[in-house]
Amino acid sequence: MENFTPYSALIGGMLIGLAAALLLLFNGRVAGISGIASGILPPWREDTGWRLCFLAGLIVAPILFQLFGGQVTLKINASLPVLAVAGLLVGYGTSLGRGCTSGHGICGLARFSIRSAAATLTFMLTAAITVYSVQHLINTGS
Amino acid sequence: MAKYLSALFSGLVFGLGLCVSQMMNPQKVIGFLDVAGAWDASLALVMAGALAVAGVAWGLILRREKPVLEAEFQVAKTTQLDSSLIAGAAIFGIGWGLSGFCPGPAIAGLSLGIVESYVFVGAMFVGMWVFQIVSKAK
Repeated sequence: MENFTPYSALIGGMLIGLAAALLLLFNGRVAGISGIASGILPPWREDTGWRLCFLAGLIVAPILFQLFGGQVTLKINASLPVLAVAGLLVGYGTSLGRGCTSGHGICGLARFSIRSAAATLTFMLTAAITVYSVQHLINTGS
Repeated sequence: MAKYLSALFSGLVFGLGLCVSQMMNPQKVIGFLDVAGAWDASLALVMAGALAVAGVAWGLILRREKPVLEAEFQVAKTTQLDSSLIAGAAIFGIGWGLSGFCPGPAIAGLSLGIVESYVFVGAMFVGMWVFQIVSKAK
């Protein structure tokens, strides 16, 4: 576990929890990113505005973080076609399952939802199986 | 106006959390999901930290009659499991495992101008759109 970064992980996680709490307290909304994002697709409604604002904050964050001396690394090993397929699956799957890592994994579990617990277990399991297949069955040579 | 500012601020804090915790980095996420490899447990602590704060906050906030800036809380009340919940979560997990991207970090990463992020996020919105078309047709 040479890459283990417990302190930054905990602090970052607490910031995510704080952000979710703020959105619930002020806007009465759940900070599920897939739900917030899919809600900006047309037809536009009255509630498109706050969604765009939330996403704008999300997008600006890495720039601010870097301005204040933080480092953001993105290392992507998947090829563009694989990323396109993965994106389709994530978009369709989070819509069908009504949530992603944030909506089910954090907000849902925070209110002890059985639905979110089942969803979180399911996507963790299929993600781990997928990574196992790619890393240890397909890429065994590298 | 205030509700837009609070949403913007919340998105900003959320994104900073993703940066600090390195959940932004697909390789870090894959390292967590790769339990059979050199397992990196960091992501479990991201969830633990988030849950510790959100879990306490949720109980306190939902005691209020309504949120500060809106007329009512819009929180899911369904409690029953159904097959589309599980099927959707399973499909999402496969995409997450293939790429190391889930929606939050992928969208936040757009500001770094990396082409891979745009391909993923573009395809993700297409996937969401396809779902809306399919569910309308039913």
